[in-house]
Amino acid sequence: MSTLFEEVRPSDGGAGDAVPVRRVELTVNGERRAADVEPRLLLAHLLRNGFRLTGTHTGCDTTNCGACTVLYDGVPVKSCTMFAVQADGHEVLTVEGLATASELHPIQEGFKDEHGLQCGFCTPGMMLAAKALLEEKPNPSEDEIRWALSGNLCRCTGYQNIVKAVMWAAEKLGANVESDGADDAGDDAGGEG
Amino acid sequence: MALDEIKIGGLGASRRRVEDNRFIRGKGNYIDDIALPWMLHMEILRSPLAHARIRSIDVSAAWAIPGVRMVLTGDMLAARNLAWMPTLSYDTQAVLATDKVRFQGQEVACVVADDPYIAKDGCEAIVVDYEPLPPIVNPSQAKAPGAPLIRDDKTGQDSNVVFDWEVGDREGTDRAFAQADVVSTIDMHYPRSHPSPIEACGSIADFNRATSKLTVYMTTQAPHIIRAAVALVAELPEHMIRIVSPDLGGGFGNKVPVYPGYVVSILASILLECPVKWIEDKSGNLISTGFGRDIYLKGEMALRNDGRILGVRMHTDSDHGAFFSDAQPSKFKIGLMHSAFSCYDVPAAHLTAQGVYTNKAPGGVAYRCSFRVTEAMYFQERMVQAAAADLGMDQAEFRRINLVRDDDFPHRTPWGFLTDSGQYGKCLDLGLEAIGYEDFLRQKEEARQRGRLLGIGISTMTEPLGAGNSREYDILGIKMFDSAELKVHMTGKALLRTGAKTQGQGHETTWAQIVAHELGIPAEDVLVEEGDTDTAPFGMGTYASRSTPVAGAAVAMVSRKIRAKARKIAAHLLEVSEEDVEWELGRFSVRGAPDRGVTIQECAIAAYSNMPDGMEPGLENNAYYDPPNLTWPFACYIATVEVDPETGVWDVLRVVAVDDCGVRINPMIVEGQIMGGLTEAYAMANMQFITFDEDGNCIGSNYMDYLLPTAWETPGFELHEVVTPCPHHPIGAKGIGECATVGGPAAFVNAVIDAIGDTGVRNIDMPLLPDRVHEAITQGHDVSGAPPVRTEP
Amino acid sequence: MYPSRFRYEAPSTVAEAVAMLAAADGEAKILAGGQSLIPMMKLRFAAPAMIVDINGIGGLDYHRSDPDGTYRIGALCRHADLEKSAALADAQPTIAAAAPVVADPLVRTRGTLVGSVCHADPQGDWASVMVSLEGAIVAQGPNGRRSIQVADLIDGPFQTVLAPDEIAVEAVIPAARGARAGGYLKLERRVGDFATVGVAVSVEMSGGSVARAGIGLTAVGPATINASDAAAALVGTALDSDAVDAAAQLAAEAAQPRSDHRGSADYKRHVVATFVRRIGAQIQRSEQEAA
Ligand SMILES: Cc1cc2nc3c(=O)[nH]c(=O)nc-3n(C[C@H](O)[C@H](O)[C@H](O)COP(=O)(O)OP(=O)(O)OC[C@H]3O[C@@H](n4cnc5c(N)ncnc54)[C@H](O)[C@@H]3O)c2cc1C
Ligand code: FES
Ligand code: FES
Repeated sequence: MSTLFEEVRPSDGGAGDAVPVRRVELTVNGERRAADVEPRLLLAHLLRNGFRLTGTHTGCDTTNCGACTVLYDGVPVKSCTMFAVQADGHEVLTVEGLATASELHPIQEGFKDEHGLQCGFCTPGMMLAAKALLEEKPNPSEDEIRWALSGNLCRCTGYQNIVKAVMWAAEKLGANVESDGADDAGDDAGGEG
Repeated sequence: MALDEIKIGGLGASRRRVEDNRFIRGKGNYIDDIALPWMLHMEILRSPLAHARIRSIDVSAAWAIPGVRMVLTGDMLAARNLAWMPTLSYDTQAVLATDKVRFQGQEVACVVADDPYIAKDGCEAIVVDYEPLPPIVNPSQAKAPGAPLIRDDKTGQDSNVVFDWEVGDREGTDRAFAQADVVSTIDMHYPRSHPSPIEACGSIADFNRATSKLTVYMTTQAPHIIRAAVALVAELPEHMIRIVSPDLGGGFGNKVPVYPGYVVSILASILLECPVKWIEDKSGNLISTGFGRDIYLKGEMALRNDGRILGVRMHTDSDHGAFFSDAQPSKFKIGLMHSAFSCYDVPAAHLTAQGVYTNKAPGGVAYRCSFRVTEAMYFQERMVQAAAADLGMDQAEFRRINLVRDDDFPHRTPWGFLTDSGQYGKCLDLGLEAIGYEDFLRQKEEARQRGRLLGIGISTMTEPLGAGNSREYDILGIKMFDSAELKVHMTGKALLRTGAKTQGQGHETTWAQIVAHELGIPAEDVLVEEGDTDTAPFGMGTYASRSTPVAGAAVAMVSRKIRAKARKIAAHLLEVSEEDVEWELGRFSVRGAPDRGVTIQECAIAAYSNMPDGMEPGLENNAYYDPPNLTWPFACYIATVEVDPETGVWDVLRVVAVDDCGVRINPMIVEGQIMGGLTEAYAMANMQFITFDEDGNCIGSNYMDYLLPTAWETPGFELHEVVTPCPHHPIGAKGIGECATVGGPAAFVNAVIDAIGDTGVRNIDMPLLPDRVHEAITQGHDVSGAPPVRTEP
Repeated sequence: MYPSRFRYEAPSTVAEAVAMLAAADGEAKILAGGQSLIPMMKLRFAAPAMIVDINGIGGLDYHRSDPDGTYRIGALCRHADLEKSAALADAQPTIAAAAPVVADPLVRTRGTLVGSVCHADPQGDWASVMVSLEGAIVAQGPNGRRSIQVADLIDGPFQTVLAPDEIAVEAVIPAARGARAGGYLKLERRVGDFATVGVAVSVEMSGGSVARAGIGLTAVGPATINASDAAAALVGTALDSDAVDAAAQLAAEAAQPRSDHRGSADYKRHVVATFVRRIGAQIQRSEQEAA
């Protein structure tokens, strides 16, 4: 970040200048980040507006939809229901951190291959909840998947293909473990990928 | 030599979606992801009361908050003639309230600030002095003598009635009833519901004083209609308005109308000369934007003892909220309600409809539906079940007797629609076989002996999808056609734009497949763009399952125009006359000498480098498509359920869906649409509704009360297909996006009613909450009416 | 979606937290899992001037049994910790039955049992469970610690007798006087829905009869209901169906439900009775299987 100047809006003076901010330092997608935030800033908004990681969506104001799901020290949480200050010293993984520069995460591949998304708005949250599940249970049953994703709402897909996508990913991850990552479990039935 | 159509991602390929590449990486571009330099943020203050006169609004404390840049009220808008705006149904709607608030959640003031937190602080600091008025929350209150007048702003409006309307053949229907052996009746309410895409609405208005250009990024399913509306409302020249609809997090009809937030953000941007962003929260979305349904349905069916339907009478009482802003073709006051019974051979039918104003949010949008066909098909399939029961007939057999037969097409419905194709009996039989109908009936009987309640519900229907044709369908006078523009570049790659707007349906994938089918250009070589009015051809947008029937047809037509020009170029390149050129997918060859040929890509280069004498260079064209008829998909949905007699809780055992939507462009996507639709059907039947208490407080204005099912409750779906190509669509496709939402609810409700058949109960209104089912079982009476918000016993 | 401004403190010990609360003159709120408090702040139903975030306090995330059988659940033990504990089904069957039906899986990774009890939402599941177990909350204030029965802690909807400068540090369940059995049943319309009706039944079986019983009711009154008469009807019986029926009847009478869009008052009462019977039958079945 340049230190030459920082854009600011002309202040009206008064109380606005006295608003207390706190420094937070956290690891986001493996990278150390820091920001000065008002305590009332929600973690979802720090990620989206502060760090421009707009893959974390917000779809409700009552902590129901799960579109904002991120992994917080590896645990899936609704980032709209934590303050950014609470992430100080912690690790956050967002959808942007799933893929490497060259490779998609098998969960991402699974969602695409099984048509596990339509509008895509719930998808980042679904995928992160799925990641947490697969880390805990590498071979989940259909019921276990449905249970683990039941804090995430999808209005488009009807969930069936989301379940299949997670199974697809479980298989691929399993195959990767067995063959040390040299396997290609994806068989694209319908033309080009 | 010939191309493999599936390999190039043509018709019938379950091609993986192009748009997913950005969505799975979190790189979609939804409205809230867009940030413009120096952008300000707007929040809306909403009315806490359903009906009240505004005595005064004090905004001084809001202005005093550091970071607040502007506070807008109805008076400020009125001074600019913007306090009211036209609706899509020839009514007016308040942008910000001036005189009265007319529903809870109505927009009263807006605050623009440096960030949305401060804007919210500003809203909280505004003091509004209200004088409460008695609220009206249902049609009978609205029509009661002496009821307070909601729309006292309208001259000549002396009651709360919006319209009285009728359609059909009154005398013919009377004659049919005179000949009836049995008359079956039904009396139901289809509750208020909300499309509720997970992403709510929003806009970023960016007015540039220097160029006079207004750019508005907004969540709209119909950008061109919005451009026209903005031109009219804001009195700006249309060519200086650019509407961009970015990635949409779902629409389902909710993102068709113009909402006050859009309008005020535009005005604020003009006044402040900087971008103003408004992102609606979910509560705001649920409490104020386009709802669906909310209609009372009364029906009578004239029957012969042998099971034939002789005639149908329907009456609807619809509740439109405070402003009549239904999104529907202007000719029809209650949408396509009169498409009910189109799949049955019904000689005579008549519909009367009355609509009223109430102190509830306006909207009446086609929620995943083609203008009230959802209500129509629910009406139809619930009525059919009641009729079969009254005749003591099997519900499948009753349908089989009355469904239009394959050799009866084209078939004129009693309302005058022309259904043109289908294999209704085949779909029904396939569905019954898949669910194991006879077996299930046996199981059900066995279970009954042991005190368990199993039930099976069927819903068969055809629905009119894909408005227009332009003779009958217009919105505010704009005819309902659609468009496509195709530019084939020199290297054979192509850019396609249409007047539709995808919201998750996968246009970026499927439109390219149509091009691949028509031209043999691999789908991956076709970039699809939609939603920007500066670049996309004029179209009416995406709703009512109209994309494939209309815009999709335009894609085929423009591809054919390109092929016609390419043929001329091919003839030139092959040095033969055009008549001697033959087409196979992706290639022209010389008749009788198939080895001599040129590919479509070679024609493309030639279009820019070696065109025949006298030919305009380039390989670009557009097509505006006005369909000759609607498309008529058919579906048979069957659900089996088990009801817990002790608690009234019901569980879905199985769901079988047989859909005939004609030719399937991308089977994977079609199935995705069906499963999504079935889930909404299940939600409607089970848990999803908005209701109001006697004070007009909205129950269901957030996801705590407005329940969408999760992966856990949502049943699995078993899908089957029948393909009867649409005779008039260029590639034989019919609409599919909404069939399951439209036809599905009746299957679930019929199943529950069937399960408790011994009680003699004919109806429980949706949603079938456990306490309502329990009441029906234990009291043996129908449980009808708007979901009650009961007061203390 | 955008909370009001507040001051934020993140103490690292309970004593520090208590001092901060005391200094805040009743204007501060404790932030535990935040799954009730933050949603209310987002809607601006709550706007505390100060937040004392206890998540940084070490050593509060336990749930464990003392040698004498007393069970302790720390203030930062999350719903998910309880849900995922394999040992809990035997040690605390009522808690094990409730954990998976509280909220949704993501809310459960943050929300705490102690926070839920302190929140005193009449629709909260944990308070009923605690009431059925004769559980208590240990609160620490400037003058040290005190223990308060959950049944006494809650004195109205969203109201407790905790002083503004007291922190609940743990929930405590007394040792059983026999073999524990119990269950929790909740009528909800979908995952993440608050209860239409919830019923917690906990019993301690000794020599084939009930030595102690507790019944707590969720969402059927202005606060969590301790159906003590109903529970008393079970004590001394072999949990036979007559006894359970009697308890079910008394539990239904103890309920004070309101009719609303989730169901009529009569219906909710009926479900209370049905659930008491069902849990009774469940316990019966597993007792027989064990025997
Ligand atoms: C979508 C959703 C669905 C839910 N569904 C359910 C449900 O079905 N059943 C159910 O029971 N709950 C439900 N909840 C609530 C959830 O269980 C909360 O976690 C719980 O009610 C509060 O626990 P918390 O740790 O999150 O407390 P917080 O939100 O942090 O605090 C809640 C209140 O308790 C006070 N408090 C917290 N900890 C202490 C303490 N140690 N000492 C003193 N005061 C304290 C706080 O100051 C605050 O006033 C739901 C929540 C959400 C968002
Ligand atoms: S935005 Fe809906 S749960 Fe976070
Ligand atoms: S894909 Fe649209 S909400 Fe899930």
